[in-house]
Amino acid sequence: MTRKLLTGNGAAAWGARLARIDYLPAFPITPQTEIIETLSNWIEGRELECRMVTMESEHSMLTAAGAAAVTGVRVFTATSSQGLLYATEMLYTVAGWRVPLVMVNVSRGLSSPITLEPDHNDVLAMRDCGFLQLHCATCQEVLDNLLIAYRLAEHPTVRLPVLVNLDGFYLSFTREPVLIPTQAEVDRFLPPFNPGSIRFRGGEPLSEGVAVLEGAAYSYFRYEAHLASLQGIRVYEELGQEFAGLFGRSYTALECYKSEDAEIVFVMIGSFATKAKEAVDRLREAGKKVGLVRPRLVRPFPAAALRGALAGKKGVAVIDQNLSPGKGGILHGELASALYGMAEAPPVLASFVGGLGGRDISSEEFFEIHKAVQRAVSEGVNPSPRLLYTEEELRGVRTMQSVARAADTKQGGGA
Amino acid sequence: MYRIRLHGRGGQGMKTAGRILGSAFFLAGFEVQDAPRYGAERRGAPIFAYVRAGRTPILERGVISRPDLIIVADDHLLAMPGAGVLSGAQPQTAFLIHSHEKPSLWRERLNLQGPVFTLPGLPENELRFRGAACAGGAAALIPELNIDLLAEAVQEELAPLGPELVATNLGVARMAYASLAAHRGAVHEGGPVSAGEYTPPGWLTLACEEPLLSAPAIHAAATSELSQTGLWRTERPIIDGSRCNRCWWLCSTFCPEGAIQVDDERRPRIDYGHCKGCLVCLAQCPAHAISAVPEEEAAAQGETP
Ligand code: SF4
Ligand code: SF4
Repeated sequence: MTRKLLTGNGAAAWGARLARIDYLPAFPITPQTEIIETLSNWIEGRELECRMVTMESEHSMLTAAGAAAVTGVRVFTATSSQGLLYATEMLYTVAGWRVPLVMVNVSRGLSSPITLEPDHNDVLAMRDCGFLQLHCATCQEVLDNLLIAYRLAEHPTVRLPVLVNLDGFYLSFTREPVLIPTQAEVDRFLPPFNPGSIRFRGGEPLSEGVAVLEGAAYSYFRYEAHLASLQGIRVYEELGQEFAGLFGRSYTALECYKSEDAEIVFVMIGSFATKAKEAVDRLREAGKKVGLVRPRLVRPFPAAALRGALAGKKGVAVIDQNLSPGKGGILHGELASALYGMAEAPPVLASFVGGLGGRDISSEEFFEIHKAVQRAVSEGVNPSPRLLYTEEELRGVRTMQSVARAADTKQGGGA
Repeated sequence: MYRIRLHGRGGQGMKTAGRILGSAFFLAGFEVQDAPRYGAERRGAPIFAYVRAGRTPILERGVISRPDLIIVADDHLLAMPGAGVLSGAQPQTAFLIHSHEKPSLWRERLNLQGPVFTLPGLPENELRFRGAACAGGAAALIPELNIDLLAEAVQEELAPLGPELVATNLGVARMAYASLAAHRGAVHEGGPVSAGEYTPPGWLTLACEEPLLSAPAIHAAATSELSQTGLWRTERPIIDGSRCNRCWWLCSTFCPEGAIQVDDERRPRIDYGHCKGCLVCLAQCPAHAISAVPEEEAAAQGETP
């Protein structure tokens, strides 16, 4: 075991290497490319025995990944943002094949306008595709969860592809100390893949993705995929415990940080949650009873665990780094449905949207979020959703708009 | 926690400098976070990197808003508000500037209150080692770092470049370290923001605005002219009028920026406000009439573009 400074992308590459992946279909996109670059260097240097194929698009990449998974080899791939969306059709399709593979998504905001910086609209747009989703907050978690992801995907009752998400820039290009376990240590947790019945061969006929042109059969297969996904919560918890026994780092469907005795709780996913932890520490110093609950699993959604962790709280602030236009924060809606009708449901469930396109959420903003929820609790009114934005930011946009002559009714730029 | 922000241009080694410092801190037993920050990667454009080093796992993320030390690899950036070099500087923030000028001059010019240090500008043929120089200089100012940690960090970060380049970088880093060794401890760790006493972020509630305003479109023509991409240039192409035979203006044809116009007398003219210094024109000119002069030298000779 060595402790090294690694970027999130480096940690993802190490995770894939230690998982002894067999097949790697690839297509480049910022900010994910470093993962594939790192793996391809290892493959070239014979440090990793793996077949890498560069594809002509993410759509083909996912098709290749699924097709390889059907033969019973361990498959890894990675993408981001527009690339993930371009693969959408095959994400749904491959998930329906019920074969295991692991894909990393490095979160990046979607067009338009174009950005390279992160938010969660890309990965949450794939919420319903059938892949399980693990969301990481640190580079260590990226490496560890890649190993867990293979066990989860390959688990005989689950047998679904898993997406491991890390935030662009804030994790992908950020180095942090990461413990890299030895191959022998990893082999004890994640032995070579035993595909069992997953073995498509040229000489043994198998039709995948078959047509079922009536509702009862279609529903059966869709329900089964859903039920298998739900099993993923229990399986993840078990794997997390096993992992802790071997490596000393434990993973649960929810990370609860100082939330047990908290009156007000922040709920968010991804790497910005460590910023929320920092704010929790500062608010605790100022005497506030506040904590953080962070789902690592988004699909399957750990509803029961969230109900347990949030029962009896006075107020909850859901901070969404995504925006569903015409509705609001996606996580907020998910949480509301999990808490509805519960006897001890928190009376205040406030929605904050921020961190879109890499926009920072400062400590001061976390303090203000806390203050707003505290006020709502004492007034007994759930506040309307807030889109985090400052006067200074709007001034900056106004400058851009005047350069772009956005308000000029004589369009076309004629002076 | 130490919070250090490094400013330079794409290609000047600020990511590497940040990583050397990050590694040195890590080797000294610190928890570390380091990262570069850039948009679409482009050589010559202002970029920055940052390093955090603390005694406990680091929970803060992203851009450092209140730096304890600001490192500037290219002093031209100090005159560019868009580069944001001074952003969030506190009265106690220390500055380390790679510059031919004296610290007192920068202190006065920028009205800085904290300690200011300069690293003597490297000679032209060594400019590519300025990342190592900046890391070496910074390491000298931080009491927990020392020359051995610095050397080990340089070795670790630059090993893929081969032993020769490692040795040269190390030499430059050591020199920078030695030049500032007398100021050990000049950089102090800052504290976190207090939740009891802070400046509120100034939130507003966005109104729904008409689409003409709120759609991401540019209605004005030629707005790219407003962006002075000439500031990215580190090498300046200069056309020698006596050698230019006004061929068929290959320079102008090949310039990817459209920065060479042909005037009424059929002479090529470079628009230095937008020439990025890629030197494609130099490579194309059949008469070898175009030469490259380092931007700093051209500026020092008082040649205004
Ligand atoms: S160096 Fe030459 S080719 Fe490149 S941008 Fe400047 S004028 Fe154009
Ligand atoms: S390419 Fe050279 S010779 Fe031709 S117009 Fe340009 S500077 Fe003159």
